[in-house]
Amino acid sequence: MADSNKPKLQVSAIKNGTVIDHIPAKHLFKVISMLGLEKITTQITFGTNLESKKLGYKAIIKLSEVFFQDKDINKIALIAPHAKLNIIKDFKVTEKREVQVPEQIKGIAKCGNPNCITNNDNVNTVFFVQPKDNEKVALKCHYCEKITDTEDMEVF
Amino acid sequence: MKNKSLISINDYSKEDIIKTLDLAEGFEKNPDQKLLEGKVIASLFFEPSTRTRLSFESAISRLGGKVIGFASKDSSSVQKGESLKDTIKTVNNYCDLIIMRHPLEGSARYASEVATVPVINAGDGANQHPTQTLLDLYSIRKTQNTLENLNLSMVGDLKYGRTVHSLLMAMSNFNTTYHFISPPELRMPEEYKLFLQEKGLDYEEHTDFTDIISDADIIYMTRIQRERFSDPMEYEKTKNSYVLRNNMLESTKSNLRILHPLPRVNEIHEDVDDSIKAYYFPQALNGVYTRMAIMASILGLQ
Repeated sequence: MADSNKPKLQVSAIKNGTVIDHIPAKHLFKVISMLGLEKITTQITFGTNLESKKLGYKAIIKLSEVFFQDKDINKIALIAPHAKLNIIKDFKVTEKREVQVPEQIKGIAKCGNPNCITNNDNVNTVFFVQPKDNEKVALKCHYCEKITDTEDMEVF
Repeated sequence: MKNKSLISINDYSKEDIIKTLDLAEGFEKNPDQKLLEGKVIASLFFEPSTRTRLSFESAISRLGGKVIGFASKDSSSVQKGESLKDTIKTVNNYCDLIIMRHPLEGSARYASEVATVPVINAGDGANQHPTQTLLDLYSIRKTQNTLENLNLSMVGDLKYGRTVHSLLMAMSNFNTTYHFISPPELRMPEEYKLFLQEKGLDYEEHTDFTDIISDADIIYMTRIQRERFSDPMEYEKTKNSYVLRNNMLESTKSNLRILHPLPRVNEIHEDVDDSIKAYYFPQALNGVYTRMAIMASILGLQ
């Protein structure tokens, strides 16, 4: 995609690990927190506010020696539905994966309704993912049945 | 429906609804069936309620069951800081069924997940009140002899009223035409209008409460609450423009019946009470038969 005359992004390649590309720049820090990356001790590099034809501005995360299971990575589809994963082994891309919006998400996001039991008692949140216009999704709380928009969603 | 909690009206299919109403009809014909003899039912009201609690307790007594519980959180161990989970885990040791009203939305679903006995939601905050919806459906079917193809006008607070939202959803199974009559600030929320659009059902919105009720089979009145308005003068003005009076009923259909979940304040003038079209007090009685039917089917006794 990148024009060969333009200077390329200087982020060092990783030997083994995962590259997550095409994250909307404004959601980078939410993605980091959803995946719990602040607790990871291996090398992580990320770039943000990179120009992207599709997203306007995108972010990219390179994680050394980290591999995800589908159920863990798919939750970022709520805010980064176009994210792509490159699995790197010995400096080579061995597999490309796309994220898929899960049908149900548990214990990741906070319910937007202050009067919901999950915001008042020690109850884990559960949401059903529902389609909205323009490929977007909304979260319906399993408990209070109210809709939380993924745009204003707060992540634990 | 045996052993299945009733938390949201959406838990019941069209068939479940009709089955429950048929059962309620049987209880209306013969209310003195001692089906709950030997059963203990916990009635946990973390928030005060008159109609719902008393009609449940009346239904239990008529069916020969025993009631334990509390009528407000002040007389429960919540006062000592006990969590909902602990209260439910304790109480379910003492009973066969829990009936619960709680001010937080989603509390009933959560209670049904921690309880070892079925739970009936008697109102969870602004969310659901399914037994009210079933008694509303019972009242509609009883007065119209059908639930199909009716014209339903909903009047008043359509934004916050949980009873109108649940009734709207339940009636969407029966090819209903809807009229929503409310002040602009208390309009039916977008999500419910979208729901009807997806189901291909017709609705109209009105801000004037006038002769649009001439086609109605059912008028469902609700109370406009003072706390919904930041400006008290606005409230005074609004509440007086959504009042149903007897002279407004002149050109309405003969089968029209007026429902109200009660309590009313001034939205139905007392001069309507003597009209044959006023049905809100018999509606409250129907709550007893409907709740008998719900309890009997959940406990597998019918």
